[in-house]
Amino acid sequence: MSWSWLDWLREAVGQPQFTLLFAPAAKFLVAIFAIFLLIAYLVFAERRLLGFLQVRLGPNRVGPWGLLQPIADILKLLVKEDTIPNRAVRWAYLLAPCLVVAPALVIFSVVPFGPSPTAPGAPRWYVTDLNAALVFVVALASLGIYGIILGGWASNNKFSLLGGLRSAAQMVSYEVPQGLALVGPLMLAGSLSLVGIVEGQARLGLWFAVPQIVAFFVYFVAGVAETNRNPFDLPEAESELVAGFHTEYSGVRFALFFLGEYANMIVISAIAVTVFLGGWLRPFPSVEALAFLDLVPGVAWFFLKVFAFLFLFIWFRGTFPRFRFDQLMDLGWKWLIPLSLANVLVTGLVVVLVDRGP
Amino acid sequence: MSGAGPAGEALFGLREMELNFGPQHPATHGVMRLKLKVDGERIVDCYPIIGYLHRGTEKLFELHPFFQNVPHTDRLDYVAAATNNLAYVGAVEKLVGLEVPPRARYIRVILAELQRISSHLVWLATHAIDIGAMTPFFYCFREREVILDLFEQYCGARLTLNCMRPGGQPYDLPQGWVDRCGEFVADFPAKVAEYEGLLTENRIWKRRTVGVGVLPPETAIAYGVTGPMLRGSGVAWDLRKAMPYEAYGEVEFDVPVYANGDTYDRYLVRMEEMRQSARIVRQCLERLPGGPIMAKRPRVLKAAAEAEVYHAVEGPKGELGFYIVGDGGPNPYRCHVRPTSFMNLQALPEMARGALISDLVALIGTVDIVLGEIDR
Repeated sequence: MSWSWLDWLREAVGQPQFTLLFAPAAKFLVAIFAIFLLIAYLVFAERRLLGFLQVRLGPNRVGPWGLLQPIADILKLLVKEDTIPNRAVRWAYLLAPCLVVAPALVIFSVVPFGPSPTAPGAPRWYVTDLNAALVFVVALASLGIYGIILGGWASNNKFSLLGGLRSAAQMVSYEVPQGLALVGPLMLAGSLSLVGIVEGQARLGLWFAVPQIVAFFVYFVAGVAETNRNPFDLPEAESELVAGFHTEYSGVRFALFFLGEYANMIVISAIAVTVFLGGWLRPFPSVEALAFLDLVPGVAWFFLKVFAFLFLFIWFRGTFPRFRFDQLMDLGWKWLIPLSLANVLVTGLVVVLVDRGP
Repeated sequence: MSGAGPAGEALFGLREMELNFGPQHPATHGVMRLKLKVDGERIVDCYPIIGYLHRGTEKLFELHPFFQNVPHTDRLDYVAAATNNLAYVGAVEKLVGLEVPPRARYIRVILAELQRISSHLVWLATHAIDIGAMTPFFYCFREREVILDLFEQYCGARLTLNCMRPGGQPYDLPQGWVDRCGEFVADFPAKVAEYEGLLTENRIWKRRTVGVGVLPPETAIAYGVTGPMLRGSGVAWDLRKAMPYEAYGEVEFDVPVYANGDTYDRYLVRMEEMRQSARIVRQCLERLPGGPIMAKRPRVLKAAAEAEVYHAVEGPKGELGFYIVGDGGPNPYRCHVRPTSFMNLQALPEMARGALISDLVALIGTVDIVLGEIDR
């Protein structure tokens, strides 16, 4: 494909504006649109998969195989009445859903979806390659919880409040191991940039999930807890708190919470794939005999791995009961944090001894 | 989170939050309301408020002749109509003095045990979904559907069966029913193994149920708790064994008893009971005697004046009894129900104090209440 039209555009807009503003904005819009579509069909896939796991059919009436079901759902949510409880704290109530969605979407701006292209002038597979991307991701991921706490508090509903409180406790216990788990791969790659980390794995010829198996495990468990998914879906526990923090929300605002949850699932999966499973790299990147796997483009590998994670999320939901509040804290503080700390220590020692830093 | 004790109250003006759990709450299994005092998530006090489904059933019994009251019993424990029927017709038969033919007694046992299985399936489904495991719900309802189909083929109704009469059975088993039922009970133990595969050794399930809501045997007896809840506390008391009625004296079955008295043990008791019920049904189908299904009886049943009777059966949830007084007329003078769920519910606040809100949900599930029976 020729990318000369891009050069023409670059001329027309002017060089600094193009690189700093126009190109990232355009890429971000494309990414967001793709993510929205992905989310819509992720919900659909979840319902069909759960149906399969639970000896029923799932939605199969709207369009062929029910494929138009997500569209119908979105339309329904958009035209529904947006109720605000009488004694809610209005500004916080209105702000909360946005606070959940926005950070999740912004994180996609630093995720590299594919390798740097070889064609001259072709756009790269990421919006921006931030040199402190990992810190950026951790910071934004923890912002999303504020929306949940705020939503739970502002609803002026006791069940929502309890949901918000649970969410706060969950954040405090699981942010820490999640951040610590990312330190291991960071030390191995010697870079905070997500692109740098994938390249580090290419250099090593090994996905970081292999040397960092503990960190990988801790990150994923903490990630499931962060996204409030089963078995850690305490803040919205249907049977205990009647949907918890979003009990009072309806229509578009409920849709935003919903969107946030699924966007977060994709974020956690995308970061896990990038940091631990070699991002766009094929399996066993150092084994020459498997070079034919490179025929599959990097983007496809990336999304294949992300889908595998998403399947895991859905599978969990079909299998596990829910943890209790105090047991969740136990798991976080007594297992995940010591494990991830030990992992940081051991990794640091090994890195110093072998001197595999840059 | 904590600190709303006396010290916290004095220092920070903190107090416990009052939380209305129900009457419209997904985990209260109907319209029960629990007034909770919570300190953070910990339950300081729990006070059940009932009566949202009160229909005056006991008064209604007085307004109709004995045999017309059977449909009212369907609506007590509405997920186990057959055992309600059984308890009521048993009481009337004792009161009037009717001898039920053997074939009818066997059919009754088959229906009652199928009903026990289906009631336990509803319990397991809702209990599991309350604790967050979604999938067992659908598995349980798949099998329950087969049982309801069997009921439908027998008497035309699926839930409110009205399938027994004082003196015998209204219908004989339809053609092919014995085979279909036999097929179901032959397959069923494998299905129970399937549910157990999802839950019994699941670590999260165990953490949510083991040691939760411990009910010591003395407390259980003091509260009048019966059924699987009592047997989960280590008391081997089952009316089917202790005072056999209908055909229970002629079949073999075990009464599972577990000693710890927690939610997990009550779960194990009920799982085993489902297997035993299938076993009873299998035996009854094999030995099903021929002959009439209805005793010789007058067109209008009349109890002697001042005759009174109490007759209880082992329902899926525990002892379900009817106390009937006659006044010489065709209607009962007074009819009182000993509702299993009502008695068992009394133990809930005892178990809930000090537990977390998440535990409360598990506890409501383990008590296995049906509000139709509690409120009557």
